[in-house]
Amino acid sequence: MAYDKFTTLTSTAVPLPIENVDTDQIIPARFLKATKREGFGDNLFRDWRYNGDNTPKQDFVLNNPIYKGKILLGGKNFGSGSSREHAAWAVYDYGFRCVVSSFFADIFKNNCLNIGVLPVQISPEFATEIFEAIYADANTELEIDLEKQTITLLSSGTQESFDINGYKKGNMLNGFDDIDYLQSMKNEIETFTESRPF
Amino acid sequence: MSKSLFDKVWDSHVVRSIADGPDVLYIDRHLIHEVTSPVAFVGLESRGLSVLYPQRTFAVADHNTPTINQHLPVKDPLSANQLKTLETNANKYGISHWGLGHENNGIVHVVGPENGITLPGATIVCGDSHTSTHGAFGAIAFGIGTSEVEMVLTTQCIMQPKPKKMRISVNGALHKGVTPKDVGLYIISKLTTSGATGYFVEYAGDVFENMTMEGRMTVCNLSIEMGARGGMVAPDEKTFDYIKGRPKTPKGADWDKAMAYWKTLKTDDDVVFDKELTFDASDIEPMITYGTNPGMGMGISNNIPTAESVEGGKATYDKSLAYMGYAENDQMIGKKIDYVFIGSCTNGRIEDFRAFASIVKGRQKADNVTAWLVPGSHVVEAKIKEEGLLDIFEEAGFVLREPGCSACLAMNDDKVPAGKYAVSTSNRNFEGRQGPGSRTLLASPLVAAAAAVTGVVTDPRELL
Repeated sequence: MAYDKFTTLTSTAVPLPIENVDTDQIIPARFLKATKREGFGDNLFRDWRYNGDNTPKQDFVLNNPIYKGKILLGGKNFGSGSSREHAAWAVYDYGFRCVVSSFFADIFKNNCLNIGVLPVQISPEFATEIFEAIYADANTELEIDLEKQTITLLSSGTQESFDINGYKKGNMLNGFDDIDYLQSMKNEIETFTESRPF
Repeated sequence: MSKSLFDKVWDSHVVRSIADGPDVLYIDRHLIHEVTSPVAFVGLESRGLSVLYPQRTFAVADHNTPTINQHLPVKDPLSANQLKTLETNANKYGISHWGLGHENNGIVHVVGPENGITLPGATIVCGDSHTSTHGAFGAIAFGIGTSEVEMVLTTQCIMQPKPKKMRISVNGALHKGVTPKDVGLYIISKLTTSGATGYFVEYAGDVFENMTMEGRMTVCNLSIEMGARGGMVAPDEKTFDYIKGRPKTPKGADWDKAMAYWKTLKTDDDVVFDKELTFDASDIEPMITYGTNPGMGMGISNNIPTAESVEGGKATYDKSLAYMGYAENDQMIGKKIDYVFIGSCTNGRIEDFRAFASIVKGRQKADNVTAWLVPGSHVVEAKIKEEGLLDIFEEAGFVLREPGCSACLAMNDDKVPAGKYAVSTSNRNFEGRQGPGSRTLLASPLVAAAAAVTGVVTDPRELL
């Protein structure tokens, strides 16, 4: 599914300093019953965000109006657990275009890259600095420049570069996905298939 | 150049390697289920594409299926719609479909090996992270997202960078009462849930060489819980004996040809791994988890470790223990439990039910326990009956249900109520995993059985 190009993003961030946030928290399994990709943002962090009677839990960060923006700042090992792409969809559908963490779970990171959410991995020290800056001032902005592969905390000017492979970077900058690429390899794939023993 | 088992299988599936980018990896076998596939079909149709090799994809209904009265219409309309959508898509594109009620139905990672879909040296993917199960056969098997499901359907390939390689060896002999599940939980407790992120694991050493295929599947299944993309064991005679003659394994000359290839699938002597870990089997005791991720596990006779002694932030640790209603230094033995679940792609095979039966035989289910015994497939269910295990269960006050993922992720009605404790043979103890507010203690079938007959966390070695 096509997504909007990602070039630069300057935004405030929503802080969620919990480690090992798993995809069951990002989107619980009982909300995976749709057959179309729509409305998943409503159930992002459902059980942390709402009580059993669907009233908002006031102490959860998404229900705190002072924190908003297109960047989600998570704790270490963000997105562990299930391979459900619904977790990345929920993040995107809610309005985030970027998740920043000192460590990402593998499949979640891959799913994000496939749907146009940029995972930005930074050092634990920089993560701590950003959390502190946001708690001091919720209007603190981060600037992410994908072309240059940099993330900057604008209030202090602290900057780090982040990794992304050249192929995925090109996809994100242009709004392409892997299927566009694979389709162009049809003949090569068909030849390869003939060589498979089973 | 010398290669590891993982290198050999991965490299032979690379259709194209992109500089500063991923490999285009060919997929031999693709498993799909009702939850993560519908949007992939919507996607390919919106692009005007079709399924390239339908005979390489196998559809199985499992995540949403009820585990009682499967002959009746599915009550939940959303689940029913997903199941119907899977069937419709499979039929439309000529994909084999084992839906509810089909004799081959069950959990996708149980029925794949049972039917010979899983083969050594193959690449196998599914939109489910526990696809790592199939690595037990010397396959490269791992979970993918729905975008990748669409890629496999339309091109039989995905695009991923090659993971680094790790070898985990467990040597020596396991103590009585220590099962493959305990080996898995032990390794995860040592590595944490992110300790193998970015790696593909090869399991080696005495313990895995001596382990049954079912046991290898249990350990490989849990690879994802330490962050690894997958785990695998080199195929050996046990592997070949298991797969020989299954419905979809190669036959005749094709079998001989395949065997010649499969026998080359082992790590060369001088391979250097990116990370190498070795554990002593005698250090492992029956395990149980006390927190809200699978890395929060401990030997059942220990006390809950303090925040300082486990990896991770104190705030996260405190949140986890508060959710569980436990405190640092608590003893787990004797903790009251409410539910027992045996089943799932981790421990839903015949060997697991034999282990469960070995403890409940001649005893009675504790009154305070609700027990769900859910076979991994109809084939497992039939074996349970054939081997007389069902009689043992029924005499002890248990009821056998019908196959499916069930309470592992509680997408169907098998939900543990808020605040209740479940000893579960599944793979994840995340908050709310078994139902909103549920509290999960991951353990082996033996520990589950001991809890089921005593109503509290009990060391199974006392009942063996």
